[in-house]
Amino acid sequence: MKQTHRLLYILLISLGAALSAVLLGAIVLEVLGKNPVAVYRVILTEPLKDLFGLTEIGVRMVPLILVGLGIAISFRSGILNIGAEGQIQMGIIVAAATAIYLPPLPRAVMLPLVLLGGALAGGLWAGIAGWLRARLNVSELLSTVMLNYIAAQIYGFLLRGPMIDPAELQVGSGTPQSVRLPKYAWIDRIIPGTRLHYGLVIAIVLAVLVYVLLWRTRWGYELRAAGAGPKAARYGGIKVESCLVSAMVLAGAFAGLAGAVEVTGVHRRAIEAISSGYGFSGIVVALFGGLHPAGIVPSAFFFGLLLIGSDMTQRIMSVPANMVLVLEGAVILSIISAKMLIADQYLFERFSRALERAGRRKGPESKEGPAAPAAILPSKDPSAPGRDAAEGGRS
Amino acid sequence: MKPEPIHSLAVRGITKRFPGILACDHIDLEIGDHEILALVGENGAGKTTLMNILMGLYQPDEGHILINNREVHFRTPVDAYRMGIGMVHQHFMLVPNLTVAENIVLGAREYHRLLKLDMAGIQKRIREISERYSLPVQPDAYIWQLSVGEQQRVELVKTLCLGARFLILDEPTSALTPQETDELIELLKRMAGDMSIIFISHKLAEVTALSDKVAILRQGRVVYQGSTAGQSVANLAALMTGHEVVLPCNECTGAGGEDILEIEDLRVRSDRGFFALDGLSLSVRKGEILGLAGVSGNGQRELADALAGLRKVESGSIRYRGRELANQSPRTIIESGIGYIPEDRNTEGIVPPFSVRDNLILKDVRSSRFCRGPFLRMDEARRNAEELQQRFDIRCASLSVPAGSLSGGNIQKVILARELARKPHALVAVYPTRGLDMGAEEFIHERLLELRAQGTAILLISEELDEILNLSDRIAVIYKGKILSVLSAREADKRTLGLLMAGVVGEGAA
Amino acid sequence: MNVFTFLINVLSLGIPFSVALLLASTGEMFNQRAGVFNLGCEGIMSIGAFLAFMPPYLLQNTPLAPYANLIGVSAAVAAGALLGLLFGLVTVTFRAPQGIAGIGLQLLGWGVAGTLFRFFVGGVTGIPGMKNLQVPLLSSIPVLGPILFNMNALAYAGFLLVPASWYVLLKTPWGLKVRAVGTYPRAADTMGVNVARVRYQALVLGGMLAGLAGAYLSLGQAKMFADDIVAGRGFIAVALVYFGRWNPWLILGGSLLFSIAQSFQLAIQVLGISFPYEFAVMLPYVLVIAVLALTPGSVVRGPAELGKPFDREKRV
Repeated sequence: MKQTHRLLYILLISLGAALSAVLLGAIVLEVLGKNPVAVYRVILTEPLKDLFGLTEIGVRMVPLILVGLGIAISFRSGILNIGAEGQIQMGIIVAAATAIYLPPLPRAVMLPLVLLGGALAGGLWAGIAGWLRARLNVSELLSTVMLNYIAAQIYGFLLRGPMIDPAELQVGSGTPQSVRLPKYAWIDRIIPGTRLHYGLVIAIVLAVLVYVLLWRTRWGYELRAAGAGPKAARYGGIKVESCLVSAMVLAGAFAGLAGAVEVTGVHRRAIEAISSGYGFSGIVVALFGGLHPAGIVPSAFFFGLLLIGSDMTQRIMSVPANMVLVLEGAVILSIISAKMLIADQYLFERFSRALERAGRRKGPESKEGPAAPAAILPSKDPSAPGRDAAEGGRS
Repeated sequence: MKPEPIHSLAVRGITKRFPGILACDHIDLEIGDHEILALVGENGAGKTTLMNILMGLYQPDEGHILINNREVHFRTPVDAYRMGIGMVHQHFMLVPNLTVAENIVLGAREYHRLLKLDMAGIQKRIREISERYSLPVQPDAYIWQLSVGEQQRVELVKTLCLGARFLILDEPTSALTPQETDELIELLKRMAGDMSIIFISHKLAEVTALSDKVAILRQGRVVYQGSTAGQSVANLAALMTGHEVVLPCNECTGAGGEDILEIEDLRVRSDRGFFALDGLSLSVRKGEILGLAGVSGNGQRELADALAGLRKVESGSIRYRGRELANQSPRTIIESGIGYIPEDRNTEGIVPPFSVRDNLILKDVRSSRFCRGPFLRMDEARRNAEELQQRFDIRCASLSVPAGSLSGGNIQKVILARELARKPHALVAVYPTRGLDMGAEEFIHERLLELRAQGTAILLISEELDEILNLSDRIAVIYKGKILSVLSAREADKRTLGLLMAGVVGEGAA
Repeated sequence: MNVFTFLINVLSLGIPFSVALLLASTGEMFNQRAGVFNLGCEGIMSIGAFLAFMPPYLLQNTPLAPYANLIGVSAAVAAGALLGLLFGLVTVTFRAPQGIAGIGLQLLGWGVAGTLFRFFVGGVTGIPGMKNLQVPLLSSIPVLGPILFNMNALAYAGFLLVPASWYVLLKTPWGLKVRAVGTYPRAADTMGVNVARVRYQALVLGGMLAGLAGAYLSLGQAKMFADDIVAGRGFIAVALVYFGRWNPWLILGGSLLFSIAQSFQLAIQVLGISFPYEFAVMLPYVLVIAVLALTPGSVVRGPAELGKPFDREKRV
């Protein structure tokens, strides 16, 4: 009985959360003068209509999965990484620089170097925030956000200055972008004619590895313990501070890797708006996926769908693509609210008892066991003593 | 608004449920004019919940409250205050970074103007009450500057300033020395001339000394209600627990081998920066239980932290079987074989969202038993958990449930199981039975005595003098960061310990 | 150009620059004193900036033009109050974790402002903005006059807010409740203080001030709107409150410090000293990290319950 109550409770709350997010978006769409239903339909179905749309979702999934995995590791270890945007950018720069400035090497050597470079860059950038938290107790919420802004400036500086494509300078257009990466530093496309590349395979393999790391290794145990019970972890001999730093570095490495993969798999040169919000979208993907690799992959698909869908609504219905940010923010707020409500034992008990009372009032058809004979008349007096005694709560 | 005097207060049929617990089960109680009622029961019996309902903090699911034979409803604490009910909680409800006067005016709406506070007015009222009841307080002192006894006085003055005609006190003597307790009892007897008082306690000696009537709660129900006169402590204890309880007692035979744990001249700082331990020396012998008695706040926390490797030792040494352990990492200390039962089992003893099985390997996760290379050996962990569940009678729905969902007693069993399974040569137990019912307390005491018989050196830090007197071979008293004296259990009694705990050394009472 | 003139330049730029930060951090101070921190401040500022920009933009050549600024500011403040309420719903009533909730609110605000701007306006357009008001007499004081007494109405309001908020926090009943609720909510609860209500009120006030801060940015300072007009000031405001030990006067000092650092780099550029402007733009953010790192970590003097939800029915 309690089981079904519980399922119903979770279902109702999840539905309510989904509805609130949808509604928030709908309000904005109304202000724009667009029909929300029509817009949502475009967002959710247009991308699925042809191969191009589907592969584009796949393209988006890669950085979303990678960033999401990193976020999951950090959140579960008790440290919040909001700095993925900047870590991605650091990853792009170092990956591009590695590809451009190293002498020609066979792909089997070059590509791993490039990807590793990106991961290291992101990891180090995040490590700054991790170290600040562990040693100086600086809130990582603030330091990672500041590092985002700093990284953006470094990125802009390098792309407009030292790393700019000489061709741009000659032509005089000055677009901040690097030279094209050499072919031996590219990740191949899976389906020719589309942008879907083998980075997706890398991402999925890493998802499996992250699962193994967190739940099947000693290191993962310690990371999770540091996040779920830092005091007890300390008493247990676990070095919580090191766990925080390593979790942060790992998260940054994943974000940096996402940047490296994007630049070698999709754009093949460093350009201005590559990271375009993946740092934040990754947070939503991770939360929506329950901070678990098995949830993050489908969650990345869903948000990839939203991202492509929003691009399409911009083209088809003139709804700006920023709309997706509104949805992301609304989803975050709904998910965390729903999680708390679901975990609220007190609220659930009241819900459960209200259902019981409603069930009793429905009469003899109720499946709650032998009905007390006198008490089941459509009641004029809900406080009849018989009813109270039956409800007398030996819960 | 002056509340009218309360001549009688009654609760009828009060019932209150929390998730998974029936805290109050159709409780009926009565108090008359100028009476002192003691509300007695084990931890978790429902006493505090009932009083919180009376205070308007919780809403009863069923039942009524009657004051002067008229039914009243308290939706918030303000309603209770308006009726004249005032409560002094076990953990003082005083905001540390505000002054005494600010704390009191917070609840005194009459002194709130639109854009200012009538501080002069409240100061006057504080002075009046202070003088009337002989409760000296300093209105401009910050709460964090005051001692525990002073804070309790502030709480009393606060409730009286807010118009209390009826006092409820929750475990008022839990943080006081025996002498301070006597003073409080005298004070309360005086105040009973003006108003009725309910006090909650599980210390039966105080109950017989102070109250006119006693009501005993067990598992949310009233099992006895009547006058205190003529009741013996043993009788009350039996009613409280429902059976003849004889807590296991240390016979003190064959105690004391060589020193296993030697603490010498330890100096450790508190969080605030001053020296909480100021040259503390102590040694625990093989096969003995050394009880550390003292009013909380005299350095116990810092000593426990230093022994666990979680606090810096400024100077001094901690030697365990000859090996220097001061300022070593917690991992080193754990691996050397000292067991540790922490003070706050919910946050320091277990990782609440982890399963029972995962919690049981918390300290050994790096050992070769549970680890093959970097990978966890889940099957070994499961086997370990099953075995320990048997040995220690851990009651839980399954070993995969989150440890945080277990009852207090079972959580403590998980911690105990984990520590004892490592066969420690020394064990530090910090307030191990705090907040547990007698059944769990019995179990833990038995295990400790068993461990002692096997030769482990046990340092027992506790606030309960009964527990210390029952279990220890020797008793040390800690006061202001030093060991004042070490007595053998035979020489010690409550009076002597009480004096020592208050810092009085030498013969003769203060 | 001599040093003196240079300094005057720096100050006369820097002091008005600090108003947005000051408004936002004062609002955040009330939030944090009550025990809640709102990282969504950035998002509220974005929406505030946009809503304050729109009426002047739309009503430019209509009879309502003289009232456009007022309408804009009111809309910004109202939106801020609403968003503060929303944040309260999520963190106080639902008790969700405040850090992530703040990020969610920030994305929401940023997204709404960006979407509406792109749809209704499209490109970067200027608006007349607010005029500077010269305080009679005082603005004629040599040196100090032009620096301190030649700002717009919102700026004056912002600076007057500092002593006002000090008074409210420390001398009024509501301020007392806020302080109690942020340090030991359970104690406040037993005294009949409605903890949730006080927190909501603080959040609404904080939201209003953040909205006002955004309005100042578009209306009073930049006199236009762009996607990135807030540029992290909302986050800096949250950091400032911590750095300023939750004290209105120190927060004033902190806002001035950061803004003067910013105007310093602008003034340097005017001098023609070649300095990659990206590094200059970076300066405030690096400064925040440096300042956070150097502030002693002990939060003993801060609101003890900052970040923790309050649950009366929780069995203690």
